[in-house]
Amino acid sequence: MTKSNFTRRGVLKAGAAAGAALATPTIFTGAVWAGAHTGFTNAPQGDTVTLGFNVPQSGPYADEGADQLRAYQLAVEHLNGEGDGGMINTFTSKTLDGTGIMGKKVQFVTGDTQTKSDAARASARSMIEKDGAIMITGGSSSGVAVAVQALCQEAGVIFMAGLTHSNDTTGKDRKANGFRHFFNSYMSGAALAPVLAKAYGTDRKAYHLTADYNWGYTTEQAVRESTEAMGWETVNSVLTPLTQTDFSSYIAPVLNSGADVLVLNHYGGNMVNSLTNAVQFGLRAAEANGKNFEIVVPLYSELMARGAGANIKGILGSQNWDWKLENQAGAKYYGTNAFVQSFGTKFGFPPSQAAHTVYVQTLLYADAVNRAGSFNPCAVAEALAGFEFDGMGNGPTLYRADDHQCFKDVVVVRGKENPENEFDLVEIVEVTPVEQVTYAPDHPQMGGAEASLGACNPGA
Amino acid sequence: MEAIILQILNGLDKGSAYALIALGLTLIFGTLGVVNFAHGALFMIGAFCAVTLQRLLGLSHQIVDETRKDFLGNPLKIDVPYMHEWFGPEIGQSIIEWSVPLAILFSIPIMAFIGIAMERGLVKHFYKRPHADQILVTFGLAIVLQEIIKYFYGANPIPTPAPPAFTGSFDFGALVGFDANTIIYPYWRLIYFSFSMIVIAGVFAFLQFTTFGMVVRAGMADRETVGLLGINIDKRFTIMFAIAACVAGLAGVMYAPINSPNYHMGMDFLVLSFVVVVVGGMGSLPGAVLAGFLLGIVESFASMTQILDIFPGINQIIIYLIAIIILLTRPRGLMGRKGVMEE
Repeated sequence: MTKSNFTRRGVLKAGAAAGAALATPTIFTGAVWAGAHTGFTNAPQGDTVTLGFNVPQSGPYADEGADQLRAYQLAVEHLNGEGDGGMINTFTSKTLDGTGIMGKKVQFVTGDTQTKSDAARASARSMIEKDGAIMITGGSSSGVAVAVQALCQEAGVIFMAGLTHSNDTTGKDRKANGFRHFFNSYMSGAALAPVLAKAYGTDRKAYHLTADYNWGYTTEQAVRESTEAMGWETVNSVLTPLTQTDFSSYIAPVLNSGADVLVLNHYGGNMVNSLTNAVQFGLRAAEANGKNFEIVVPLYSELMARGAGANIKGILGSQNWDWKLENQAGAKYYGTNAFVQSFGTKFGFPPSQAAHTVYVQTLLYADAVNRAGSFNPCAVAEALAGFEFDGMGNGPTLYRADDHQCFKDVVVVRGKENPENEFDLVEIVEVTPVEQVTYAPDHPQMGGAEASLGACNPGA
Repeated sequence: MEAIILQILNGLDKGSAYALIALGLTLIFGTLGVVNFAHGALFMIGAFCAVTLQRLLGLSHQIVDETRKDFLGNPLKIDVPYMHEWFGPEIGQSIIEWSVPLAILFSIPIMAFIGIAMERGLVKHFYKRPHADQILVTFGLAIVLQEIIKYFYGANPIPTPAPPAFTGSFDFGALVGFDANTIIYPYWRLIYFSFSMIVIAGVFAFLQFTTFGMVVRAGMADRETVGLLGINIDKRFTIMFAIAACVAGLAGVMYAPINSPNYHMGMDFLVLSFVVVVVGGMGSLPGAVLAGFLLGIVESFASMTQILDIFPGINQIIIYLIAIIILLTRPRGLMGRKGVMEE
């Protein structure tokens, strides 16, 4: 078994290296690292560099995984100078010139996380150990993202989180080697609550169905806290297994519970099924407490909307990004159209937010390496921390140094009543400004004061 | 009280699926003595018959509308289903929307063919082999079928809606004298339950009242003697295998609107269906049906919030818990006969 390479000796070495790195005044480190292709895990040899794309190709989030893989391919093409360059042309940092990363041609390997933490760790480990991946990116489940992020921290590679929305990823489980561009549960709650209050009033009783893992927990908590703060009451909350496909026995009691809003803290296939069941059981048409019964889906995506069909109409939720953003919300979100153009031309349909976030993450990583002048994860982490950029479709964005979370505007959307075509499924209700969704790095929902990034680990 | 009635209703549709799958399993086990782990895959293929017919009926060709633009600003391509052209938009659209009920007819020959091919092509060679071999080969077959479906249809659930006339729900509570809006039940689930009752009754009537059924029952009791009487029992058992495949397939077709079919749905039901068969009693057809409904309803009850508050997570294990209790107290299951799987 060669699999335990970086558990004992590796960690010791890494710890020593990290200690040394911390002890070095930062003014020198940039110069020390520059050009050095040794002293860290999987230092690229020759004229290529390998990235590892770890996404669910089966399981309840497989749709999102497939779309992420498309975006990764597109990002690699653009980095290597093929295609129209997409958002490289609009990105405010100008180090990317189509010659790969630091002049090395970008290659990639893929893994199937199966939406399971153990499978995801196994495929990430194999990509690091066998394929020599210098950076791992992916997710589509926060359970998976947190597990793989911890593995990358141990192994001494950078983890660029894909679609992961749990607070934990950059909250209590944040890691120095991990970075997230996607927004999180807290931001969804903060952006949604005022819109919900406006649409449904402040006197509402909510019933939560929650996916039984870290993303479900933090999303429920965030939505609960922000809706209760404006006067809503939470009647009940029930955990549902991620593998559940028939939610009828969870949905059936809702109407009798005294609640008049159902919050589905579900994503992907889970959400498609639970929403379908809820509509089958007549919740959309029902009245409770003298009001129309409403359903809320805190984390939305166009892919889910496609799976849920007509059931999604009129339902409010939040998104990290939407392909119509630049056209409908203004030039502030430039980059969006460039990305939609190159993705749409290649694949024939507009990209999902899952595709967008991983494309951006790949470009951000490549740019950080170029700016740092090294593939050393600690140099890259330093280049990313506190980095401010624009032109990636979300407006001005900050990669906060305290928790490696991106801060940008949040999109509140609603299932469109009369779609003009098969891709026109959600309408943008509001774009919530970043100030309204920003929180302190030691916010209680983010693990409080104990949460810390720890030291960066370059591996060996 | 309303909550209890609601959960009973809710258990009925799931129980119907369990009962139909377990019925087919028991038919195959009772006639051929084979433990068929590919039976869940047959259920899944049934559901994909509905998906396939929906796609066939929805086949369309593109016309380009120069006056409208797509998301990239190019002229919009519009899909026009052939059904709309052949039968006019209204009738054509209703045919497409009725694809799930139509798939019942579509699926029977397909499932019968798959059943016969499976029995003649593979299962036949394992009659004399130990049960463990049978389980392994049919389980392998199930995985192969699953991967084939995954290859052609992808890993994601495919929405397969019921006809619009049945997509809503009705107020069961108001019908039987409770307050309005307390017991809401979707039409399609009621249809699913009724449909499964018809299929179950049909299978029992077929076995009970036809000469063919009589011979099969005789063969189940004593295969050798029936063979000595000059009856080709093997051929009849092959037909029973096909019938069992059809029952599983029909269960799948009608289940498609309840939960969007995906390639893995068969496995989800298979394990539970085996528990159903064991609880009902190996080889007992009424036992399989009874246990199917019983476990469906129990599972539904265990998901009630009031019960989950007392026993968190009980809904995940309740079926297995009951299986353990029944096997400890009645080792042959609820209606099991002596001598089955006990040589």
